[in-house]
Amino acid sequence: MTETIIQAIDLKKQFGDFEAVKGISFEVKRGEIFAFLGPNGAGKSTTIKMLTTMLRPTSGTLKLDGHDVANERDSARKAFGIVFQDPSLDEELSAYENMELHAILYRVPKAQQKHRINSLLELVDLNERKDSMVKTFSGGMRRRLEIARGLIHEPKVLFLDEPTLGLDTQTRNMLWNYVKKLSKEKGMTIFFTTHYLDEAEAVAETIAIIDHGLIIERGTSKQLTKETGTKTLEQAYLKLTGTEIRDESGNNDGLNARMARRNKALR
Amino acid sequence: MDIDIIKVLWLRQVRRYYRSGSRLLGTLGQPILLLLALGYGIGAIYRRAGDGNYLQFLVPGIVTQTVLLSGIFWGIIIIQDKRFGFLSEMLVAPVSRLKILIGSAIGGATISIIQGILVFIMALIFGFRPYSWAEVPIAFLILVMMCIALTSLGAGIASSVNDFQGFQGINNLIVTPAFFLSSALYPLNNIPTVLKIISTINPVSYMVDALRTILANQSHFGLTKDLIVMSITFVVAIAFAVYRFNRIQL
Repeated sequence: MTETIIQAIDLKKQFGDFEAVKGISFEVKRGEIFAFLGPNGAGKSTTIKMLTTMLRPTSGTLKLDGHDVANERDSARKAFGIVFQDPSLDEELSAYENMELHAILYRVPKAQQKHRINSLLELVDLNERKDSMVKTFSGGMRRRLEIARGLIHEPKVLFLDEPTLGLDTQTRNMLWNYVKKLSKEKGMTIFFTTHYLDEAEAVAETIAIIDHGLIIERGTSKQLTKETGTKTLEQAYLKLTGTEIRDESGNNDGLNARMARRNKALR
Repeated sequence: MDIDIIKVLWLRQVRRYYRSGSRLLGTLGQPILLLLALGYGIGAIYRRAGDGNYLQFLVPGIVTQTVLLSGIFWGIIIIQDKRFGFLSEMLVAPVSRLKILIGSAIGGATISIIQGILVFIMALIFGFRPYSWAEVPIAFLILVMMCIALTSLGAGIASSVNDFQGFQGINNLIVTPAFFLSSALYPLNNIPTVLKIISTINPVSYMVDALRTILANQSHFGLTKDLIVMSITFVVAIAFAVYRFNRIQL
């Protein structure tokens, strides 16, 4: 058991001649709640995609729980759970069926499947609706189900990519309380992104800010505000990344970066 | 354990199918219409022209059209999964893409097989009689092979495009001509040369012909040729699906 669970060394991702991530290095400690912040198009989603094996790094090393993410993909995949930015449930299946499918894909032993699924559904308060089709669920219920699903295979790291987007205050509150509990009781490492800086300030133990493909600052919320001479994380963030609006590549994922480049080439 | 993975992916497709009554009715509506309008409508002229029973000739073509539509349109689920995120969930799981494709495509093929059988039963009600009941199981095997090939084709096309409109466009370009310019609706003997050339190149013609040979004892190319072309189509379609599915980027 090493102290470091996620390690990135000089990580780069290039789409054609556009460099989305320009050589970043960072470490996340085991059991830590880590917030990864940055404006749209900064390289945030590209980094998450590399961390979660959805994109191959152009160069650099990326290790997750000791496994090289690019070369030992399946071991790395078993080590993390993810709640994607966009919904990713099968709406035509019931909550239980979605959970079961995940359990089987992750090769959870059959004898444990039922128990784990039921106790996780209990935990996110969806046990009574477990046989309802997901299409009848509200946004908050779906999010809760996605979190429960991401935990079935008992991952060591949980990635949450803008998990509270579009959720009401109650659900957001519940979600963060639950995340804190997971970190505290199970020692789970949490890696999340968000655009709500108050959430990062309240929950994260370490914060990294990425902009223009580079990590520009890193530390606790207190350190960041102190260094920038500001009062809140939001002010610190704006001071570091500027107030100008970024929309050059819209929704900012690798695909959009590629599209932006293609559009530029067309012009 | 890995059989469980294939099984659960298959089950997902089948569950989605039987829960969607409208989809079932929607895809059966057209074959019924064709059987009625063509089988009975054109059938009268066909008989007068001295070519025998048109319904016997037509049914293998309609069964083929059903599985052609159902197989290729099944691909939409891949686009849906891409657009609505479920594909991400599957692709970050510690399972090879090949297994995900196999499980899902077998599910899609199963749906097509069921659709094909339902149309066959419908045809029996409309008065169709297979040439020999003993050979119906052979027709079933041919149907299975067709369904796997066509579902793979649908999966390959769907993996290559990112939006429903694009898929629709490609389908109009492929499915409709593949049906109308095949041996499904008319005998290939006395048709204009251009049409004959196109129908002879069209792999769907051979699927229809194989089914027709078994079910109605009427053959144009001969069963050996049918099976050779079908086998090639089968392999090419699967290779296409695997290649395109592996290249999907999220």
